[in-house]
Amino acid sequence: MASIAGVFRRPTHPAGVWGWITTVDHKKIGALYGVTAFFFFMVGGLEALVMRIQLARAGQDVVSPEVFSQLFTMHALTMIFLGVMPLSAAFFNLIVPLMIGARDVAFPRLNAFSYWLFLFGAIVLQSGWLLGGSPNTGWFAYAPLTSNSFSPGNGMEFYIVGLGVLGISSVAAALNFIVTIINMRAPGMTLMRMPVFIWMTLITSFLLITAFPVITVGLIELYFDRTFGMNFFNAAAGGDVVLWQHLFWFFGHPEVYILILPAMGIVSEVLPTFSRKPLFGYEVVVLSGIIIGFMGWAVWSHHMFTVGLGPIANSVFALTTMFIAIPTGVKIFNWIATMWGGSISFKTPLLFSVGFIAMFIIGGLSGVMHSIAPSDAQQQDTYFVVAHIHYVLFGGSLFAIFSGIYYWFPKATGRMLDDRIGQVNFWLTMIGFNLAFFPMHFLGLDGMPRRQYTYSSDMGWDIWNFVSTIGGLILGVAVLVFLFNFFLSLRKGEIAGNDPWDGRTLEWSISSPPPEYNFATIPTVHGRDAFWEEKYGHGGKVPAGVSPEEGHQGGIHMPSPSYLPLIASLGLSIAAYGLIYSFAVSVVGAVIALAAIYGWALEPAAEPAGRES
Amino acid sequence: MHHSQAAEHATIATSTGIDNRKMLIWVFLGSECMFFGSLIATYLVYYGQSLPGTPTPGEILDIPTTSVSTFVLLMSSLMMVLAYSSVSRGNVRNFRIWILCTALLGATFLGFQVFEFTEFAREGLTPKTNLFGTTFFTLTGFHGAHVTVGVIWLVSLFGYSFKGDLTKDGGLSVDMAALYWHFVDIVWIVIFTVIYLIGVTNAPALIE
Repeated sequence: MASIAGVFRRPTHPAGVWGWITTVDHKKIGALYGVTAFFFFMVGGLEALVMRIQLARAGQDVVSPEVFSQLFTMHALTMIFLGVMPLSAAFFNLIVPLMIGARDVAFPRLNAFSYWLFLFGAIVLQSGWLLGGSPNTGWFAYAPLTSNSFSPGNGMEFYIVGLGVLGISSVAAALNFIVTIINMRAPGMTLMRMPVFIWMTLITSFLLITAFPVITVGLIELYFDRTFGMNFFNAAAGGDVVLWQHLFWFFGHPEVYILILPAMGIVSEVLPTFSRKPLFGYEVVVLSGIIIGFMGWAVWSHHMFTVGLGPIANSVFALTTMFIAIPTGVKIFNWIATMWGGSISFKTPLLFSVGFIAMFIIGGLSGVMHSIAPSDAQQQDTYFVVAHIHYVLFGGSLFAIFSGIYYWFPKATGRMLDDRIGQVNFWLTMIGFNLAFFPMHFLGLDGMPRRQYTYSSDMGWDIWNFVSTIGGLILGVAVLVFLFNFFLSLRKGEIAGNDPWDGRTLEWSISSPPPEYNFATIPTVHGRDAFWEEKYGHGGKVPAGVSPEEGHQGGIHMPSPSYLPLIASLGLSIAAYGLIYSFAVSVVGAVIALAAIYGWALEPAAEPAGRES
Repeated sequence: MHHSQAAEHATIATSTGIDNRKMLIWVFLGSECMFFGSLIATYLVYYGQSLPGTPTPGEILDIPTTSVSTFVLLMSSLMMVLAYSSVSRGNVRNFRIWILCTALLGATFLGFQVFEFTEFAREGLTPKTNLFGTTFFTLTGFHGAHVTVGVIWLVSLFGYSFKGDLTKDGGLSVDMAALYWHFVDIVWIVIFTVIYLIGVTNAPALIE
């Protein structure tokens, strides 16, 4: 068919850098996501450390108030959108096709497009540091602080355009994973046989496609106000600044579950493996995840208890918020019950998962304290809230992500991460984390406000701030230890073999790292914990799972690499950048994107077999 | 033999039996519901909240004219059904006729919208005038942008029908465009009902 179609001649089997640039292989894209996101995670960490050094003692002058405002805004945006979310996406990419017994995601080129758009969106968002100032309004950017009169310059535009581009990337990725999970499962893998990580990926993806359009509309309205002088958040024309808060948190609260559900999925895989027991109450854990996904839509106004929505609204949202603690608590009991009576081996992945449970309980409990509206009125905008979000986002999401990295690193690279350095890494993280964030509970209850660049020494906040800064520095060391372990193990780590942990799910049935096509023969699944079933089910007899005649046979034909996702995302990003500076640039970018999309539509996903050489 | 097998993606079985691309467009439209839902919600939140003395929906909106353009868009959906029906039965010649009709009616709708917008601006309603102008132009403007994308998509399919084979996979490429087109049409029905019909006739009652 249309070989003339591509804008460029299609790459066949490029090596080196071009192999990465044109790749559509989910494992390579997952690695790109992981490395990029970890880089930005460290950028966000540095931003945090600068703030902690500024706050270490009263009345310091390390950074100006203006820079401090940019730092806390960018720290949050970086960690949420460029750190935790794409780190989760890295796991989706690396693991989902392997776990469901697929050779790739449903739309490999769309997957590459998502990654490149994420990278460019990240660059747009961060470019404010070099181009005259980053956003400085807090990550939720309340109106009217974001209007031209209070936020002159381009800071808010980097926020609007950066988040807009990242949103398209996230939605594209989520669409891909929804279709992949629903449609690409190996024969026999019914929905209720899917690993919990797959379930949580599916629920997260649904939250992504429903939550991001809402913030997109909010961003568009803000952009129109700032650029065209419209009236959405203009109180002088009758506009309601609280509308922004509703739009933002209607996205923002599901976003919280977008950050935590993948972590819950990772933990639900790690705990059974290292306890050598099936997950306790699988059905209930899945159902709890679904309930959390739905309830995530019904709690957004608990971020707005002090706005003045009235006693009825506050009561309703207090109750729904308390209710959401139930499915979360159910999961925690199930995880503990999974370990109960198991033959537990405390390897690094399990340490981080157990750390996740402990820290997440603390964060969950302070969350329930916030749900009590009168109590929240006291905690609003204090360090108590900062402590809470870090216990759920760092103690929760990031502990689980580290657990996942230690768990799946052998599968992705073929080598083990060193376990002794891993233990050091874990304990440094655990100690540093609690030193950094537990004192914030005290500071918050003592009335220390968030987002203040300094404080007076007669407030009595010095000692806990100093402790917190020490904790932050220890966390920094922990990350360096991890990096050391990562690079050391990448070269000299113990060879992992196919199944180093005696795993339960399908990814452990194939070689490490997996071949490009993942499964030579698509496996047939006979039960939950498919690979465990295969190894130990049927009285330990011959594996029944992978009899060749059951699977799809025939020549394995993988999707071909392509430039076009990169060019399409580049064009879109140029168009988006033009929205800040000049619409003419936008037109150029749009033309590039359109040309790439045409080429994309016309080139076949995989070149016919004969044409590749 | 091997050659043709590799090129045919439709033959790869999926877990549900639904083609991946068809599922993609459905899920995407679900996402779009939230997009338009948020825009419509903004319009409704600000309904009747414009400063007194500025133009109101009752003074500006012209139901008879917009009824005609609504009818045009509805008929384009009918043409789309005929186009898909033709291509799924392998009749590419008829497909070309119907898909052109669809695109033409879509473009006509857009023409109506341009006329409407300039007319409103002449009567004193711009996006800056008041909350009504801000929310009205944003909502209908984004709908118009979606129709524009749809027209480009339809014309592209028309052009492609001379180069490639649209009838394979039971006309799936056309089916995807059709789903999108019907969705955009349905969104307009909601907009026309809420903003034009109810918005103008029941204006005082709603403000109460």
